[in-house]
Amino acid sequence: MAEQLFVLLIGLAAVLTACGFLLTLLRFVKGPSSADRVVAFDVLTIISISGIIFAALMADRIIYLDVALVYALLSFLGVIVVARYLERGL
Amino acid sequence: MATMLDLIGALLLVCGTAFLFLGGVGLVRMPDTYNRIQAGTKTTTLGTLLTLLGVAFIHPDWSFKLLLIAIFLLFTNPLSSQIMARAIHRNGGDQSPLTHIDRLAEDKGR
Amino acid sequence: MDLFIRDNLMLAMLLLLSLAMLVAAFMAIYSKRSLPIAMLAAGLVSLLASVQFLLLGAPDVAMTEAAIGSGLTTFLFFFILGRVRGGANRD
Repeated sequence: MAEQLFVLLIGLAAVLTACGFLLTLLRFVKGPSSADRVVAFDVLTIISISGIIFAALMADRIIYLDVALVYALLSFLGVIVVARYLERGL
Repeated sequence: MATMLDLIGALLLVCGTAFLFLGGVGLVRMPDTYNRIQAGTKTTTLGTLLTLLGVAFIHPDWSFKLLLIAIFLLFTNPLSSQIMARAIHRNGGDQSPLTHIDRLAEDKGR
Repeated sequence: MDLFIRDNLMLAMLLLLSLAMLVAAFMAIYSKRSLPIAMLAAGLVSLLASVQFLLLGAPDVAMTEAAIGSGLTTFLFFFILGRVRGGANRD
């Protein structure tokens, strides 16, 4: 009983993450300006961190969390460079 | 066999991913780039933190690395969103007619 | 967790990532009007490829792809674009 409830909750969480991912991808495709696309790229990176944590939970391997650490460090570098480019052409 | 801590962790995971889903909805439905930054960044930060907390409940021996990820996320995420909003404002980003207040322009005009 | 459910969930994540990767690659090729959008889409392709490498069980390749493909390449592209054109193109 508890096992089935656990699996159901994990599946619900995966479905919600996938829905958020698809909505953000929709904004990335049809965003009017390139600033909207940069914001959508940032949000996609953060949702990918959540997906990587899901993968680590499902595969039971702690080494997968290192990739999430690299993403958390590197996600803001690209956003800062694009912001500087949009601001005054670097 | 799933214990009580596993169920609490799975419930926290569902709460966090619900915040991620709401961030996606806000990113699609908001009328303005500034509103999209607000809706996208804040909800996804809280959602990812709740997800990390849920995984820490399920696997208590992973908590140090999860705490490290949470600290980096808390440092970098508001910084990138603030820099992005400032760049759009300096680039002359259009504002939605539904919002009337622009405090940064008032500060610069003074 | 049950092995059957786990494998099916991972397969669904892989299919979703493949679909998103196709969309991003189409944007990177087809957006001939604006260069920054194409570079952002190329970075997105690299990000999704990194998550796919991770799901297929290669965390070291995924880490390298995340650091070089998604971080350094986007950084370098925008740096060179800002240096070459002098900020002439704004879309």
